[in-house]
Amino acid sequence: MGNLRSVAQALAHVAPDSRVTITSDPDEITAASHVVFPGQGAMPDCVRELDARNLRNVVLDAAANKPFLGICIGLQLLFEHSDEGDVAGLGLFHGNVRRFASDMHDEYGAKLKVPHMGWNQLHQAANHPLWKGIDQDARFYYVHSYYVDPVDDSLTAGTSDYPQRFTSAVARDNIFAVQFHPEKSQHAGLKLLENFIHWDGNPTC
Amino acid sequence: MGLAKRIIPCMDVTGGRVVKGINFVELRDAGDPVEIARRYDEQGADELTFLDITASSDNRGLIFHMIEQVASQVFIPLTVGGGVRAVEDVRKLLNAGADKVSINTAAVLNPQLVADASSRFGSQCIVVAIDAKRVGDHWEVFTHGGRKATGLDAVEWACKMVKLGAGELLLTSMDRDGTKSGFDLALTRTISDAVEVPIIASGGVGNLDHLVAGVLQGGADAVLAASIFHYGEYTVLQAKQRMQKEGIEVRL
Repeated sequence: MGNLRSVAQALAHVAPDSRVTITSDPDEITAASHVVFPGQGAMPDCVRELDARNLRNVVLDAAANKPFLGICIGLQLLFEHSDEGDVAGLGLFHGNVRRFASDMHDEYGAKLKVPHMGWNQLHQAANHPLWKGIDQDARFYYVHSYYVDPVDDSLTAGTSDYPQRFTSAVARDNIFAVQFHPEKSQHAGLKLLENFIHWDGNPTC
Repeated sequence: MGLAKRIIPCMDVTGGRVVKGINFVELRDAGDPVEIARRYDEQGADELTFLDITASSDNRGLIFHMIEQVASQVFIPLTVGGGVRAVEDVRKLLNAGADKVSINTAAVLNPQLVADASSRFGSQCIVVAIDAKRVGDHWEVFTHGGRKATGLDAVEWACKMVKLGAGELLLTSMDRDGTKSGFDLALTRTISDAVEVPIIASGGVGNLDHLVAGVLQGGADAVLAASIFHYGEYTVLQAKQRMQKEGIEVRL
């Protein structure tokens, strides 16, 4: 998962009139009206690659100025620190990225696997333009072993349970970031991407 | 509220076409992967698996084009397996739009491939397929469609694959495959309890009770089936409704 091409294809599908590019070119990122930050693989590799390609400031600049959508590791990277590889993230948000425990069970005693993989419900914890047209508690596709734990509760725009409640979407100003994969979440996911394409970055409905 | 158990239809493809004539009502082209994938997507399939059984190397490249076509129109996870021998094969399938790649025989021949592929692309996209058969009091890993014994104990093998980086296991009982007599529940349960990663149960599904048993007794995180869906005996939606009635959480 975290397939960049899948994200680009889903965006192209909901925004046939927009130009969707997969790029690591700072000028292209700076010129874009909307930026999607998917992240792929493990957090330490992502941080290393961002710095190797001199993209840290470009990404921070985009996150400060235009509609910005983080997906999966692209959500985790926005936080201060990750337990995965014990690395620092971009530090836009206070909080840590933690691993699911390895001995979890559901209410009936069945073992819960890690990675958390499959379709889980997303509880919208706050009104946001990106939730428009998406049912409360709709299911999205997840695959991850780590989750974000924000210090500031008001960041949380959505939660999921596995089996404990965790933050699966955050929103602040022009930034929206999700743990699940909208590009692989059928109708609900495509709706979220469509909302993002039409979003002006204003967090109020 | 919680994670749903997944239902995964599996299609055999060769030369970029789906084989074993799928029998949907009013399907214009029974071999068109895009049209079939769309149907399953509409029925509520949680993921799709394509198994490339192309024998001739001349036609093997056609799978990439097929995956591109499906991935540009169906927005649920796609797993592709069959003939994956090298890290480069994994890369090409992911680039074409596969979300996960399943490795079977090549993992037995070269276990390092699983480690290399998962460290390069992430374990979340590496599925190891295990074909197991009961031999005496344990299960053994077989390759070549169940014809070739490897001498490997299936439970030990599963643990080893997870240690090397498999993010998920696709477990097929070769004793049950094609029999329509239900999953090997003891095998499924034993391996599901032995590893931390999700298990997809496969092999032997003949009715909806088998899917329910795979989850409740086998401890499977996902169930894979081919013929019961292909020949229109049941839709994915019917399977989910049945599972829900039995108290299993599904995406409806």
